[in-house]
Amino acid sequence: MKIIIPVKRVLDPYTQARVNKQTQQVDLTNAKMAMNPFCEIAVEEALTIKESGSASETIAVSIGTDKTVDTLRTALAMGVDRAIFVKTDTELDLQPLHVAKILANIIKREEAELVIMGKQAVDNDNNQTGQMLSGLIDYSLGTFISKFELSSDSNSVEVCREIDSGIETRKLSMPAIVTVDLRLNEPRYASLPNIMKARSKPMETIELSSLDIDTSPRIKVVSVEESGTKDRASKQINSAEELFTELNQMGVL
Amino acid sequence: MSALILIELNGSEVSANSRAAITAASQLSDTIDALVLTNDASNASSVSALAGIGTVKMIVDDSLEHINVEVASRLIADAMSGYSFLVSGSSTFSKNILPRVGALLDVQPISDVCEVKSNKTFVRPLYAGNVMATVETSDETIVMTVRATAFEHSGDGGSASVETISATIPESNSEFISLQESESERPELTTAERIVSGGRGLGSKENFALIEQLADKLDAAIGASRAAVDAGFISNDYQVGQTGKVVAPKLYLAVGISGAIQHLAGMKDSQVIVVINNDPDAPMSRMADLVWQVDLFDALNELNAYQV
Repeated sequence: MKIIIPVKRVLDPYTQARVNKQTQQVDLTNAKMAMNPFCEIAVEEALTIKESGSASETIAVSIGTDKTVDTLRTALAMGVDRAIFVKTDTELDLQPLHVAKILANIIKREEAELVIMGKQAVDNDNNQTGQMLSGLIDYSLGTFISKFELSSDSNSVEVCREIDSGIETRKLSMPAIVTVDLRLNEPRYASLPNIMKARSKPMETIELSSLDIDTSPRIKVVSVEESGTKDRASKQINSAEELFTELNQMGVL
Repeated sequence: MSALILIELNGSEVSANSRAAITAASQLSDTIDALVLTNDASNASSVSALAGIGTVKMIVDDSLEHINVEVASRLIADAMSGYSFLVSGSSTFSKNILPRVGALLDVQPISDVCEVKSNKTFVRPLYAGNVMATVETSDETIVMTVRATAFEHSGDGGSASVETISATIPESNSEFISLQESESERPELTTAERIVSGGRGLGSKENFALIEQLADKLDAAIGASRAAVDAGFISNDYQVGQTGKVVAPKLYLAVGISGAIQHLAGMKDSQVIVVINNDPDAPMSRMADLVWQVDLFDALNELNAYQV
């Protein structure tokens, strides 16, 4: 069983997004970038399955300009076997529908039976790509998973999904796509020797233009504005009595 | 230009998410119909009572007691014939299904809409809500989820006609096994007027009971930071933040929460924010209308003992 792990390069999640007022886009020039944290969890899960002997190969896939190679090298350094780099000549505004179509192409080509990916990327927060991919290739779908258990014959997988009302357990027939939530695992760090070793692991480059996929934007970002948290008055209080008095005056009790 | 609302039911009740979706749809279209996938035909009554709905379209089948996303997305995509908009509330229910519908219709869905600017132009959050983007779609059919905190919750008072769609239920490649639901007598987190939320500072599951006690005193819902959920103090469905629930109550009382941006993203629109924490430099404190800088256990004990 081959496992495909799509990974995305995003603004480092601990960095504040800044808007370029002239371009009316988020400014990523010289910004610190990292692998999307949910993708790290997906990589970790794939590696765990491979280490348990249930998978033949783990393959990371990413799409973007040359800088995207860094993110794939990170996945390789964590322990993924090989990488597929879908190369674009310029920074394209690829949307989940486009990404899902590109991934569908790669998954068919590789005949991968299992796709493990993040439930969302922390830049655009769409939470769509896995679901859309499942629709395009008709794989069974388990979103927001916090537990993954492959059956002994590898024909199905039992997943726990974190949903608004609690935890739902489902059984998915293979082939399947799962999107991972935060509590599935703790991703490992790449050790220095593994970072060195990653440099010689195979990375295949595919030109996006060779895939014949329409990537014209469906959605155009007209403008953006920073809407970060606004500081408030932060009036100091010192007792329960004071707090209840204030809250009563504000009319929120 | 008519709109279809995918209704999310909690038992037989229409969810607050769906009510917000109706309000958003009313800004897009004069004709709004509702689609219900259920195993129980009697659920039509609560939906037809919604104000502003023309026709309630029911797909009733025993297998729809627990929704299989592969089946639901096919049924919804087929039901979309003749509609320009598919709108649902932002919840794990819709986030699971709607993107898959989008793929079947070859449409790029729009997540977490906070404002309708025109039939094609919407405002939605990026980067955990630190950036608000105005986006314009070129899709003919528009599929979107809307934030329940950004739109009024449409009420009852309607008497929509009910139409049962006879659909062939497709084979499913996944099956429901069980649902472990959190039982609570307290108000529901996303619609509560008051929320008492606890963080890592509580230190243990046992100590989290102090939060529950205060919530009961204030008739409030309970919330939690990711750190508190990760540490096992409370279950995942209480998590407030970028990847958890987004709330905007009248009162948000944060106890022992330092305020990672991912948490602030989920509660920054609260009307009054109270922070109880012993760290004056915590990002949470700058967000506060009222700050009580104190050992949180002293504060909780004093609050729980206080005679209102």
